[in-house]
Amino acid sequence: MLELTLVPFLEAAVRTATPLAFAALGELVAERAGVINLGLEGTIIAGCLGGAAAATLGGTALGFAGAATAGLLVALVFAVFVVHVKTDQIITGTALTVLGLGITGSIYHLWPALVGVGTTLPTTGSVRIPVLSAIPLVGSALFSQPWPTYALYLLVPAIAWWLARTQAGLGLRAVGEHPAAAAAAGLSPQRIRFAAICFSGVMGGLCGGTLVLAQVGSFNEGMSAGRGFIAIAIVVLGRWTPWGAAGAALVFGGAFAFQYLAQSLGLGWPYQLFLAMPYVLTLILLAAQRGRAAAPAYLGR
Amino acid sequence: MEAFIAFWDGAAGSSYAFWSATLVRATPLLLVGLAVAVAFRAGVLNIGAEGQLILGAIAASSVALAIPALPAMVMIPAMIAAGAVGGAVWAGIAAWLRHRFGVLEVISTIMLNFVAAALVSWMVRGPLQEPTKVYPMSVSFSEAARWPFLLDGQRTHLGLALGVVAALLMWFVLTQSAAGFRVRAVGAGASAAESAGGVNTRALTWRVFVVSGALAGLAGASEVGGVTWALYEGISPGYGYTAIAVALLARLDPRGVVLTAVFFGALEAGGASMQRNAGVPAVAVQIITATTLLAVLALARWRALRAEDVLG
Amino acid sequence: MSAIALALHDIHKRFGAAQALTGASCVVKSGCVHALLGENGAGKTTLMRVAFGMLQPDHGEIERDGKLVRLASERDAITAGIGMVHQHFMLVPAFTVAENAALGGPGRRFDAGRAAALVRRIGEETGLLLNPHAKVGSLSVGAQQRAEIVRALAQQARVMILDEPTAVLTPSESEELYAWMRRFVATGGSVVLITHKVREALAVADDITVLRRGATVLSGPSRELSEESVIEAIVGEARVTSNATPLAASNDEVLFGLDAVTYHDTSGVRRLKPTTLTVRRGEILGVLGVEGSGQRELLRLLAGRLQPSSGTVRRPVVVGFVPEDRLHDAVIPEFSLTENRLLAEASAMRGLISWRDQAETTTSIMLENDVRATDANAAMRTLSGGNQQRFVVGRERRLAPDALVAENPTRGLDVQATARVMHALRSVAQEHKGAVIVHSADLDEILALTTRVLVCFAGEVHEIAPPATPGDRGPYARALVGAFA
Repeated sequence: MLELTLVPFLEAAVRTATPLAFAALGELVAERAGVINLGLEGTIIAGCLGGAAAATLGGTALGFAGAATAGLLVALVFAVFVVHVKTDQIITGTALTVLGLGITGSIYHLWPALVGVGTTLPTTGSVRIPVLSAIPLVGSALFSQPWPTYALYLLVPAIAWWLARTQAGLGLRAVGEHPAAAAAAGLSPQRIRFAAICFSGVMGGLCGGTLVLAQVGSFNEGMSAGRGFIAIAIVVLGRWTPWGAAGAALVFGGAFAFQYLAQSLGLGWPYQLFLAMPYVLTLILLAAQRGRAAAPAYLGR
Repeated sequence: MEAFIAFWDGAAGSSYAFWSATLVRATPLLLVGLAVAVAFRAGVLNIGAEGQLILGAIAASSVALAIPALPAMVMIPAMIAAGAVGGAVWAGIAAWLRHRFGVLEVISTIMLNFVAAALVSWMVRGPLQEPTKVYPMSVSFSEAARWPFLLDGQRTHLGLALGVVAALLMWFVLTQSAAGFRVRAVGAGASAAESAGGVNTRALTWRVFVVSGALAGLAGASEVGGVTWALYEGISPGYGYTAIAVALLARLDPRGVVLTAVFFGALEAGGASMQRNAGVPAVAVQIITATTLLAVLALARWRALRAEDVLG
Repeated sequence: MSAIALALHDIHKRFGAAQALTGASCVVKSGCVHALLGENGAGKTTLMRVAFGMLQPDHGEIERDGKLVRLASERDAITAGIGMVHQHFMLVPAFTVAENAALGGPGRRFDAGRAAALVRRIGEETGLLLNPHAKVGSLSVGAQQRAEIVRALAQQARVMILDEPTAVLTPSESEELYAWMRRFVATGGSVVLITHKVREALAVADDITVLRRGATVLSGPSRELSEESVIEAIVGEARVTSNATPLAASNDEVLFGLDAVTYHDTSGVRRLKPTTLTVRRGEILGVLGVEGSGQRELLRLLAGRLQPSSGTVRRPVVVGFVPEDRLHDAVIPEFSLTENRLLAEASAMRGLISWRDQAETTTSIMLENDVRATDANAAMRTLSGGNQQRFVVGRERRLAPDALVAENPTRGLDVQATARVMHALRSVAQEHKGAVIVHSADLDEILALTTRVLVCFAGEVHEIAPPATPGDRGPYARALVGAFA
């Protein structure tokens, strides 16, 4: 009984967490450089559309490339405004989210064929890893997933390693903590922030690509469904570390998956409780940390 | 061209289009736009108007559904008060988190938006659901809880009048009163306001949070009382976010918010008409919203840079 | 004859209307400690920021090891083997010493262990001992300074620029720093020591360059220079004519009084040693002191902007205050003049504002203080610095006609604007028989304006008796550099 309900729940949790983790890791890198990118939602939906459009032309591989490119384009606009024109990060980000939703929604209605509405998009199926997927309970959840999930298994340690163990990672963290000190050490805070935003764009695009090409299999208007904002919550909940963000993404994925589990178990609890829980948890954690104890000191400035 | 005609027809082509489409959509934008404007004026980055609106809608609906027998003379003021209190409490959480724990309101208000969305989703499937338990919505309000229309045969309702009064009142308070002056001073230069003026910025931002939330909550009450007459899950199609553009395009001037709210209301109404009659998606309006916002931002920076240049 | 490590020739630099450097030169030899002396605002820090690539000169040449170089950024300077220890340290507080030391360093990998080993090795070689794993934000000021030097050494700096390094150090820490400097130059490195302390410079430097008003006025080996000649170069000719009124009569009312007042900042550091003084009606009290000497705390205690840690402060209920950072603390640039006038009453106001009355009051302040603007509705940011400052002084006088505290009120103003602000301050004491307390970085200005002068040095307040020869700036200039009579 437990096996029958728990395994699908864990699978769903990991599946839901995968695109969230992509977006959150990108946001994390931007925030460690001191940039809060509220345009992430727009980046993700652009990635959804770019992924769908490119996949209709050339399959899933081109699809992911298209998703990354589309995300990067939105992030470039954000970067130019925030880094060079020096506009307010919060408002600029909000504008780009609205822009991304507007452009993708318009394209969806005007040129449905472009994004493969009505046709079936090529998707990446689950790849079952032998031996590992046979581990009881967690095996199939962790090792019978589409390949973007496995990409994350490499990306999380890679980003953690890069931030902690490379000169570039050290410099990026310095920019988020004290840009003037980074400049005094011979670094260019502007260039570093620009690059960090571009990375968050690529990752946001890949989040969208994963949604379309590994999960849903089609493009829908507004399908990002707040994942950009959720990713920002994940970064906070994960205390600005890659491993923390991966864990927090699982918490959110689990919360979303739990509504089905609760239904199948016949629990009378309202599923919205589980939808709201991760956000409440994030707020409690923030309050417990006295606001921004773990946050980069120059975040948003 | 066809799209443009459809747009015009939908937004301003007839008195019905203007009064019943444009102004009805402008009403929540006006109230939430004012909520954002007063917050930004004081340097409070409240981007949680969406959640505060939802709480206002829940609170006003609860009043309307709990005591349906109330006469309109009591019911409507009670709904207005409940909506304002609901929004104010939601904003008050963000204010409390900021002042007690130093949590940035940008992050806390985003979180609270999602919590509010979950809360309304539960409300319309739980305690406030209609008795057949089929649809995720409440029962329709009693006649007394349906806000009066401003003109016969049109759908513009009391909410618009409240919004216009609120805008004029806010303009008057901001420009003519000592309290409003302190709000503007803290927003424009918190350090000078404290150092040269001895203003208690902490107490002031608390009050601004509450007023901002109350206005957004009022928008929620106005939507359920004036438009839907019931509580729905999707009570706001992102008014809280569009309101940021509404407020900034008006350069945070409450009188200007009246105009920009009508402008964005017309965009939405025209957009809906374009979609119906010319096949141009309504969502294209968001492109205009976003580019307007980006242009306003860039222009403000350009002005600031030029001012610096002039002074050397 | 040792080789030239770093040479700056005829550097000019202008900021807006202010000419910060007008032909400053400085030649630093290998294996030498080079002291760069000058009063506040003489251009010492600006010149060294040019040498560190932070500022681009309008004119002039820079040589490093005999070759012309262009230093477009800090990165260029670091690559050229130049390091700088800033007066306000430029370290990441949330990072460890090792992480800070590795920041901007060579290679692709960052290895915390290797960085820590590097910090330890530099510590052993130089005596700059630090715990590589300590967070910089938790270190004492002296340790933070060592960390910044270690960072520059880790980046292979051979020319080390130290900006007022001993201002924040205890005497024993200063001795350790001097010892390190001697060891560093013995290995062929060079040190540029920016300081305002003449005795320090003569004691530790091989060569001395003196800047005055943005230009080099003296340079040479320190053993060939006397203390007197260096002070004279720093101070310039005695050309001050005091036009201040004589001392207030001893029976005039005491407006301000400090009785054994001390002040400790939030981190517990004592900024002001026990101080007792009185200020009477009709007095203009000048306060001198280089940054961090306690004058800021003294003025803010008198203005009621700070509360004493011990002792008692007596002052009028309302004291006008002109803060140093005008555009940040005194006015709101985007507000109109009328609104900025009203700002002074912001917390006490109730009810509605009569803008017409306010505009009239503002206009009368503008007329009285010669504030030039189109009208009272003009935005503050459209005014020149001088007009802004006269407006602030006028506003505060209106608030408190007989008690005014002003921090560096002429900072950034040109000669004429300075004269007009000084006139406004003078009239408080002379026409209204009030008391004015003013701090300025400019000695000449203080001598021309005030009736009594205090000098703050290392948190101590010294009253300087008027010199025998009127207009002699010697005693004050000496006190400022720590040479008390």
